[in-house]
Amino acid sequence: MISINDTLFFIVFPSLVISFILILIRIIKGPALADRVIGLDSMGFIAIGFIVCFSIYYNSPVFLDIVTVLAIISFLGTVAFAYYIDKGRKDD
Amino acid sequence: MIEYIIIFLLITGSVIILITAIGLLRLPDTFLRISATSKASTLGFSLFILAAIFFFGDFGISFRMLATILIIFITAPIAANLIGKAAYKSGSKLWDKTKSDDLKDIDIE
Repeated sequence: MISINDTLFFIVFPSLVISFILILIRIIKGPALADRVIGLDSMGFIAIGFIVCFSIYYNSPVFLDIVTVLAIISFLGTVAFAYYIDKGRKDD
Repeated sequence: MIEYIIIFLLITGSVIILITAIGLLRLPDTFLRISATSKASTLGFSLFILAAIFFFGDFGISFRMLATILIIFITAPIAANLIGKAAYKSGSKLWDKTKSDDLKDIDIE
């Protein structure tokens, strides 16, 4: 008999941490700036997943309001970086 | 019964997120990486948020979380499109085995 907290503790959190480490390797290696921006976007999504899982783990829905804000902020950061990559190319 | 739905959603979401991270590390091209992370991470985190909806079962929380899923489904392809266009314009290399390149003859500005 497996419970939700066991699932979170033994499956979901380790896979999120492994994903975080793999994305961090890509951010450090990444040849172009676009790869790093994509990694940063994925890290924002990993943070969303951590917040959702913590709010299930501690049984408190207060944290779930952060998820909406974090999704919008991550989108805005990616759009700003795309604009910056474009403009940096034109100034060369 | 609803516990098993939540557990299934959580495990499926975490497997999809792990596949996304492996794809982001292993794929050979910037555009393939963009494709992997934008599609799969959208589905994975939407499954997480669906698990939270089933866990709490409150009307207000469900409504806000469905709005968040809608926001993710709208904004993730737009962000991927913008960053892909910027990466193509800034001269990032395609993979060797790429078959078709539709933007090759067009001078985008």
